[in-house]
Amino acid sequence: MQNLKALSYKLRRDVVDMIMAGKAGHIGGDMSVMETMVSLYFHAMNISPENQDDPNRDMFAMSKGHCVETLYAVLAEKGFFPIEQVIKEYSRFGSKFIGHPNNKLPGIEMNSGSLGHGLPVAVGMALAQKMDKRLSRTYVVMGDGELAEGSVWEGAMSATQYGLDNLCAVVDRNRLQISGTTEQVMHQDSVKERFAAFGWNVLSVDGNDIDAMNAAFDEAKSVKGRPTMIVANTTKGKGSGVMENNVGWHHHVPNQEEYEQIMKDLKAHEEEARA
Amino acid sequence: MSNKITNRQIVCEVLSEHAKTDKNIVVLCSDSRGSASLAPFAKEFPEQFVEVGIAEQDLVGIAAGLAKMGKKAYAASPASFLSTRSYEQAKVDCAYSNTNVKLIGISGGVSYGALGMSHHSAQDIAAMSSIPNMRVYLPSDRFQTRCLFEALLKDEKPAYIRLGRNAVEDTYEEGNVPFEMDRATAVCEGSDALIVACGEMVKPAKDAAALLRQQGISAAVLDMYCVKPLDVNGLLDAAKGKKVVVTVEEHSPFGGLGSMVSQAIGASDPKKVINLALPDAPVITGTSKEVFDYYGLNAEGIAKAVKKNL
Repeated sequence: MQNLKALSYKLRRDVVDMIMAGKAGHIGGDMSVMETMVSLYFHAMNISPENQDDPNRDMFAMSKGHCVETLYAVLAEKGFFPIEQVIKEYSRFGSKFIGHPNNKLPGIEMNSGSLGHGLPVAVGMALAQKMDKRLSRTYVVMGDGELAEGSVWEGAMSATQYGLDNLCAVVDRNRLQISGTTEQVMHQDSVKERFAAFGWNVLSVDGNDIDAMNAAFDEAKSVKGRPTMIVANTTKGKGSGVMENNVGWHHHVPNQEEYEQIMKDLKAHEEEARA
Repeated sequence: MSNKITNRQIVCEVLSEHAKTDKNIVVLCSDSRGSASLAPFAKEFPEQFVEVGIAEQDLVGIAAGLAKMGKKAYAASPASFLSTRSYEQAKVDCAYSNTNVKLIGISGGVSYGALGMSHHSAQDIAAMSSIPNMRVYLPSDRFQTRCLFEALLKDEKPAYIRLGRNAVEDTYEEGNVPFEMDRATAVCEGSDALIVACGEMVKPAKDAAALLRQQGISAAVLDMYCVKPLDVNGLLDAAKGKKVVVTVEEHSPFGGLGSMVSQAIGASDPKKVINLALPDAPVITGTSKEVFDYYGLNAEGIAKAVKKNL
């Protein structure tokens, strides 16, 4: 069985290399959401380059589209495209590897970037799966700052109206957004109660613990009659003290010294996970 | 007025006819099934109908998600809200993501009359036309509406279609409806002037040409139901040799049919182009007919504008 904990740290290094080479990237959120994405693509979802056109594949929408670097790293690891190509082309003139998901690339279903779009789109996908009596599921990943968008709550309402138990959403609860803490900018501490009040099954787990995320996705699959929201409690910039819980690293390109320290820290985590 | 059948009723008829055999047709409404005349569809095909409540962003997002899964999504909501409240969903989830969503803006233009500017959509052509990969259609009468929707059912690209609320007099005759997708329709020929209209303004334009004929002026009328992609070749052919081109639309003077026709004529066959439109202001209170009469968007007003500029 693959060591997904170690993989999460290896892919973090790919993300940092991508950001260094492309001189851009939402590094803090990329790091916090990594275990969510690794768990989705290597544990929870039925998706691969071989079945990417199969109508029975699981569907995914990256609503916090600015963390596309992590999506690229995970898709590359799945074999949708070579990581070397991403690192070489990301953010460059004329590239398809732009700073938000773009469905001209294999493995990406929907374009995103503006926040608050993913949940309604995922509701549509899950509804279509129900209409066609498919057993496949739909997943969507949102940020916590994103929850201030009203369209999130329109989507949340319709997901329970239609009893979409094949829909599983994740909030990457890293508690920071571009201007400060979420509690300073727009409070989200009652996120669990809010989704529960909308009729969702709500799980709250350590979102940087790969085993906890795997277990949460497994549990969501067994819930009947309503969608599941996984509040993934994470650390922004997870993996290196240089970045962790530092609001300035929402969008930041490391300097050479920072880069070397971050890569050293990530490597140490990876080796620890393999030991 | 002889015709009592609205264009929106025709949309319901066409979608219902096809939904019997095509289970991928899905209609979505935002508490708007009555105003969209889609209640019969919802009743006949409950499994192919999605109600989202008063939530236009959700409406368009869900439509895009359904379309991504192979559904043919027809999302109907008042044009005023659909073209503004869910504009970003139209841009990102439909046009940019290239999903097969047909956005049906009902009660378009000033259809809602005295309900005021919040309910008018005098900006929808400009807004939707400026989105890459979004097409914009304003069918003129019930017969053309049928042809348009039959054509739209055959493609897999996003589009915005604006319909009025009220029944409009027929421009064409049953059984004799010239229609080619994305090609403007010549309503009548003429040699002195060209009138280009879309949507509900086509019939008054046709009537204006008849009035002008009585006065010895020969005006051609072109039905530019396909505002985007604008039929530039058809426009330039029709404008050839004319002294003036007059555009007529139920829209703001900016960014609509008039702007697009002026741009095309200016680039290839420069001549005087007069744009008749609603004012750049909240319109006067009244029924749509009263509003059109007040601003000269009727046969007499169009004829007057042609005569004055010849």
